[in-house]
Amino acid sequence: MVDTHPFAADADAITRPPSRREFALDRSFTGLTTASAWALVLLVAYILYEIGRQALPAIHDYHVGFLWGTTWDAQKETFGVLPAIWGTIYSSLLALMIGGFFGITMAIFLTQGFLPARLAVVFRTIVDMLAAIPSVVFGLWGIFVVIPTIRPVADLLHDWLGFIPYFSTTLSGPGLLPAALVLAIMVLPTVAAISQDALQLVPYRTKEAAYGMGATRWEAILKVMLPTAAGGIFSALVLGFGRALGETMALAMLIGNSNQISVSLFAPANTLASLLASNFPEAGQIERQALMYAALVLLAITLAVNVAGNYILALTTRRMSGGRS
Amino acid sequence: MSDTSVPAGALPKLDRSFSEIRAIKSALLTTGAWVVALLAALPLVSVLYMLIVQGGARLSLELLTDLPPAGFEVGGGFGNAILGTFVMVGIAALIAIPIGILAAAYLADLAPDSRLAKVTRFLAKVLTGFPSILAGVFVYAVIVLAMGTYSALAGGVALAVLMVPTIVLTAEEAMKMVPRKMKDAAIGMGCTRSQVIWQVVLPTGLPGILTGVILAVARVAGESAPLLFTALFSNYWLSGLAEPTASLSILIYNFSSMPFDNQIELAWAASLVLVLIVLVFNILSRLVGRPTA
Repeated sequence: MVDTHPFAADADAITRPPSRREFALDRSFTGLTTASAWALVLLVAYILYEIGRQALPAIHDYHVGFLWGTTWDAQKETFGVLPAIWGTIYSSLLALMIGGFFGITMAIFLTQGFLPARLAVVFRTIVDMLAAIPSVVFGLWGIFVVIPTIRPVADLLHDWLGFIPYFSTTLSGPGLLPAALVLAIMVLPTVAAISQDALQLVPYRTKEAAYGMGATRWEAILKVMLPTAAGGIFSALVLGFGRALGETMALAMLIGNSNQISVSLFAPANTLASLLASNFPEAGQIERQALMYAALVLLAITLAVNVAGNYILALTTRRMSGGRS
Repeated sequence: MSDTSVPAGALPKLDRSFSEIRAIKSALLTTGAWVVALLAALPLVSVLYMLIVQGGARLSLELLTDLPPAGFEVGGGFGNAILGTFVMVGIAALIAIPIGILAAAYLADLAPDSRLAKVTRFLAKVLTGFPSILAGVFVYAVIVLAMGTYSALAGGVALAVLMVPTIVLTAEEAMKMVPRKMKDAAIGMGCTRSQVIWQVVLPTGLPGILTGVILAVARVAGESAPLLFTALFSNYWLSGLAEPTASLSILIYNFSSMPFDNQIELAWAASLVLVLIVLVFNILSRLVGRPTA
């Protein structure tokens, strides 16, 4: 027999409306979460503002000529980042070509039923572990394994094909090629992970339809799966490129930190990030301002690439999953 | 002969012989994919081999208790760097975990479709690709210049900047996995939204959230670029948070370019220790995130 009011406080009921204190707690907690979400937005704004502010004196002194200046000399207070921009983009593109090819192939290999489940776990773990190894450790490995290994090959290429600009110098230790190779290994997991997601978004029916029409496994992959997942794979490449542009330590250890512009794969070069890493700690006031300007340039480039990559990814993911984000 | 049998020639030939060029092509490409996959595994094998052979050779207890050696000294260790790494990662975790999980709660539960949520989510994704050295530059400008000294605190904050976006994104995913029905039931029983989060979403999503948190910790533990000019380095034991602090990654960087065998050996040993720390965190995150059912 229930004849009390349904919302009346009842000692036995398991439901009751929130008390005033609980409302107050709720209000303050939701306020806290909103503030945390804002904190992230403000952090990004603050980073942009602060690096911009620190770079302001150098922007004032060197204007945009900084971007195509080719010397970096703290004594003469002449600063230009063209060689570093060149090295950043050159090494990243090289790394992306190698790492992208391996990453996408790995993604196909892992998602298109080449492997029994247990072996797939092994290869997936390998990719995960590549992503987990710190940049400095790759740098150390690059110095003592990659450079000695590729040096004989590089010398041979220079001796035989030295007339080709890409091989026009000898590899005297650190240089663009070892840096790009190690960078490729570091880009591989990013590209592989995002490409895998993109390939898994393709409905199974699409592949079945291709098989049903008599396609071989690779015809199905190359003519159906890859084109269908193209948007996601493209964004994987863009985001991998973004990762390569900002990678610092391994490059600072392997690229030779030399401000010159050369197409030779064996010449030492420099990147924006490794310029910062190697010059910042010992820089004086003036050079530090110039380095802040270089940091701003790096920030602008990576931000543009990352925003573009994430935008393409969001767009294609939405389309593939039929409007549901 | 029954009527259901298919007349000869009505079905295409389903087995493919190797006389067809397409079949050969497919087989070749499959072989190629195997070669590529094995080649991709090669660097990892080589790195691990070098770590175990070069780093393992120097592994001893004095590595953990001794200070880094100077130029021509023999022996030595990097106890202060291990301590420094843990202290700075700890500071980063203290800052980043609360902010990250709270922001994730906002994104997953309180206002998933609000404009602020969309902007935050997008910025978090962009920040995961943010060059880590720029976190160092930023913190240098904000904290190191203000304090007038390199410090463990600055290093920790720089690492926190890198941790937050990873935690936000993974924690949001974990919280979204909590079934709608459970939240509805809690609300139906008179829970406020924050009670729903505290008593339903967080406990249920905990394994996933922990996975994200531990992965974020693993990621920053190996970072060196943001520490280069925030924490700098120190050859002595940590005696306060407001002074230059050693870390394993910076030790590896510094020692890798030294012309002394002793330092190079220590760099390899430090790499081994660092990779072990990172891997332990990675394995931990998998164990924690494994569904218990």
